[in-house]
Amino acid sequence: MFNIASNKYLITKRLDTFFLSVNKAYLFVIQFFKQVFIPPFYIKEVINQCYEIGLKALPLITLTGFIIGIVFTKQSRPALLEFGAASWLPSLMGIAIIKALGPLVTALICAGKVGSGIGAELGSMRVTEQIDAMEVSAINPFKYLVVSRVMATMITIPVLSFYCIMVGLLGSYVNVRAEEATSFLTFFKNAFSTLQFLDLFTSVVKTIVFGFTIGIVGSYKGFYATQGTRGVGKAANQAVVMAMFLVFLEEVIIVQISNWIRYY
Amino acid sequence: MMENQQTTHIIQRDTPVIIIKNLYKSFDDLAVLKGVNLTVYKGENVVVLGKSGSGKSVLIKIIIGLLKPDSGEVMVLGQEVDKLNEKELNALRLRIGFSFQSSALYDSMNIRQNLEFPLTMNIKNISKGDIEKAVVEVLDAVGLENKMYEMPADLSGGQRKRIGIARTLILRPEIMLYDEPTAGLDPITCFEINKLIKRVQKQFNTSSIIITHDLTCAKETGDRIAMFVDGKFTRVGDFKEVFDTTDEQVKGFYDYNFIK
Repeated sequence: MFNIASNKYLITKRLDTFFLSVNKAYLFVIQFFKQVFIPPFYIKEVINQCYEIGLKALPLITLTGFIIGIVFTKQSRPALLEFGAASWLPSLMGIAIIKALGPLVTALICAGKVGSGIGAELGSMRVTEQIDAMEVSAINPFKYLVVSRVMATMITIPVLSFYCIMVGLLGSYVNVRAEEATSFLTFFKNAFSTLQFLDLFTSVVKTIVFGFTIGIVGSYKGFYATQGTRGVGKAANQAVVMAMFLVFLEEVIIVQISNWIRYY
Repeated sequence: MMENQQTTHIIQRDTPVIIIKNLYKSFDDLAVLKGVNLTVYKGENVVVLGKSGSGKSVLIKIIIGLLKPDSGEVMVLGQEVDKLNEKELNALRLRIGFSFQSSALYDSMNIRQNLEFPLTMNIKNISKGDIEKAVVEVLDAVGLENKMYEMPADLSGGQRKRIGIARTLILRPEIMLYDEPTAGLDPITCFEINKLIKRVQKQFNTSSIIITHDLTCAKETGDRIAMFVDGKFTRVGDFKEVFDTTDEQVKGFYDYNFIK
């Protein structure tokens, strides 16, 4: 006969583990919002992390942003030419790069480069007892390590996104300039002409949300890493996969909300 | 310099600094601590001897509040650890030094930064002069004055252990908890670490719990030995008292260590 008392899982082992980890992640996020407003504030550490994150991702963002600008312009030109709308190219690029590609590409690069870095760093600190060492020295490791890193990604990723947008538009301009005599000023004026305040506002909000996601996912995975060096690798890997998945999900949700606001 | 500073330590048997009563702790189905009782007095080094993986480290992690017990009472410096709020626990932690088995030095910082870190994070507006003085003093105490600007990765295992101890000493703890201080070290370095533990006891007037499975370390550093077998202390006393027994588990431990 089935003995309920001997069944130590509420549903099944897998589902129990899943719901427990969702609850753990939720508490981790709540803990961040609790700690972020309570002193002491480790401003110096936030600045250090901003520098680390920005510097790590800058070369890749420069290269990727510039190439995206060129490739997107090259691929859009024939279609626009067919309709005799080549003059719309700067506006199209403006919409594509500012509203979608710039923030998204930056977030994906940072998820790979920064998110994995945070996951691996905190993971290795966890398995080598460095986080415990902070705790026994009466230092709040969550505040020092997690809050500072998440704050840094929330500050740095919007700045990097803006930079990526500018470099992308520059790449696009280089390609447009190669085909026709458009001045730098005219190109940029046209690129921004169709954009409204809501578009720019949405882009900024989006990059802050992406920054938060990348920082918190990397920190969460690293902070709770287990199983020695294998766990560190796993934490870094999961940080990237989870952050990328969430970034795409947030992109869809934020665009949808922005559209609702626009039409109502 | 160090030798001049040494004083004879006195164990104050009327002043307990750690009192553990009926402590129980399990992880899922695995019972690790099964009714542990122990008292550590001021100025005393108590060595907790037992097999690897038997739960000795769990005991000191409960003492410093890194783990919560299932039941029982842990009084440290007159305060019940389990009942303290975060602020009170942090205040207590400043009076306890914890030396990790892995040393747990911060990889991203050099030795000087490792030592400064607990000071600057806990003492507001501490002057550069005071930091310098404290760093030089603890480095001198562990005999590694010349390693101030090296990275932890450049140090040997023994040197890392010493710096780990120095980092805990910088906050002037009243109690030291050593987790396997000689694990993974060669016999000569073990001897030096044992000497350092005794020196810390005398110079900084600390009371200590030393977790180890190394009998030489136990003999050299311990004023009392507590034999940890099957989740509790089976024998507590000086080295001779503990091993003067026919108990196979205790005798076996002795025979194995000294390769009878």
